[in-house]
Amino acid sequence: MCLSIPSKVVKISDDRTMCTVDTMGVQRDANLMMMGDDEIQVGDYVLLHIGFVMNKIDEKEALISLDTYKEILEIMDENDRRKTILDDDECPNRGE
Amino acid sequence: MALELKNLYDDFRDGETIKAYAEIIAKDAKKLKNPINIMEVCGGHTHTIMKFGLPQLMPDNINFIHGPGCPVCIMPKERIDHAYILAMQPDVILVTLGDMIKVPGSHGSLQDARAKGADVRFVYSPMECIKIAQDNLNKKVIFFAIGFETTTPMTAVLVEQVIKQKIPNILFHINHVTVPEVMVELIDSRDVHVDSYNNRIDAFLGPSHVSVISGSKIYDKFPKDYGRPVVVSGFEPVDVMQGISMIVKQFIEERCELEIQYKRVVNHEGNLNAQKLIDTYFEKIDLFRWRGLGNVPESGLKLKDEFAFLDAEVVYKNVLPLAEIEDHKLCICGDILRGMAKPPECTIFGTVCKPTTPIGSCMVSSEGACAAYYKYGNLL
Ligand code: SF4
Ligand code: SF4
Repeated sequence: MCLSIPSKVVKISDDRTMCTVDTMGVQRDANLMMMGDDEIQVGDYVLLHIGFVMNKIDEKEALISLDTYKEILEIMDENDRRKTILDDDECPNRGE
Repeated sequence: MALELKNLYDDFRDGETIKAYAEIIAKDAKKLKNPINIMEVCGGHTHTIMKFGLPQLMPDNINFIHGPGCPVCIMPKERIDHAYILAMQPDVILVTLGDMIKVPGSHGSLQDARAKGADVRFVYSPMECIKIAQDNLNKKVIFFAIGFETTTPMTAVLVEQVIKQKIPNILFHINHVTVPEVMVELIDSRDVHVDSYNNRIDAFLGPSHVSVISGSKIYDKFPKDYGRPVVVSGFEPVDVMQGISMIVKQFIEERCELEIQYKRVVNHEGNLNAQKLIDTYFEKIDLFRWRGLGNVPESGLKLKDEFAFLDAEVVYKNVLPLAEIEDHKLCICGDILRGMAKPPECTIFGTVCKPTTPIGSCMVSSEGACAAYYKYGNLL
């Protein structure tokens, strides 16, 4: 019920009360009356809930999160590699 | 890298990232002095947690308590009866959101009302009421409004348009509820009824989209006055895992704070336009009765008195009964919502009570705890 979906604004009506958004290839109209004047521009990512734009998605913050995840995965990979090397060292069959 | 729409969907569901967080949480959890119970307040989180099997990724000393956060589930039967009765009035078109279709009241669901000839329409957006009203000027359109802070401002926009455009035939039945008040109730009632350490709520995973509207400021008091950390998290599984990880870190570093994981859309202040819309048209009521939990002070909204002419509860006062209707005796939803039981502990879970024939609130919508357990298997 409280779910809402990320979408991209592709068009804004002349009176700025409505916009057209793209939700993973599906285009639909969304109401802009909950947002301040000029707060939303074409190209912005927004959250859509029951036909309304409820807020803008902060692109910078989204990218920071994604970067954090990438770093974590890299560290994990690194640990995995180390672990394999350690495991190798303990391998009873090695070198004998 | 430039952000693409695809990133917002796929990257926050990435299996490898979920696994990485599971490892981080497992490692950190070893340093916890006591086990911790985390309540996800919101049904959207319950849904994600069950769908992606997150309880199975948690170490033994981290436990989820499924909160009351689904506005469909918590609607008491007497208010669903209101919708049914209003739909049955002559020359009325009852309009509500699709989520309400199957919810049973004591006369049946709105779907049943429709089968009996009532004009009930399920819409995707409240704004569709305007067209329905203009096409049916000889009828009254009653919008049965449901939802938390997430959905309240959308109803407020409709109220504003009805007034501005002088639309003569739209009325409102308001069932909007608020999140912080029920969080307080869950902490307080537990402290009164339960002294066992095992099922105390130690921390909250704060709702995603409620917080987009209201800002994280509505949770300021939980770390400050109640000693409970809150981490506002997004709905995607990676968001939830990162949120849990942030909570665990607070415990091992002996911090008790309000933090935001879901920074890409939530800030401390929230959507101020939306809050202004809510404040213009709505005010708090003394009590709202939550299905499964009972009366919670100041947890519901109504139209302000100056807009009483739009309030279906005022206009149709004579046909709307006020008596409370209790749920089935065997239903233990109240205990589930308070973290004292899990759905499979209910004796009629999955047998008498199923999503197609829900007996209690937690089985009503797909975001209820019992429905999520039913759909995604008995995982605990
Ligand atoms: S036995 Fe082979 S596979 Fe196993 S740890 Fe040693 S080298 Fe690796
Ligand atoms: S299974 Fe049904 S009756 Fe049992 S607690 Fe859940 S909703 Fe209530």
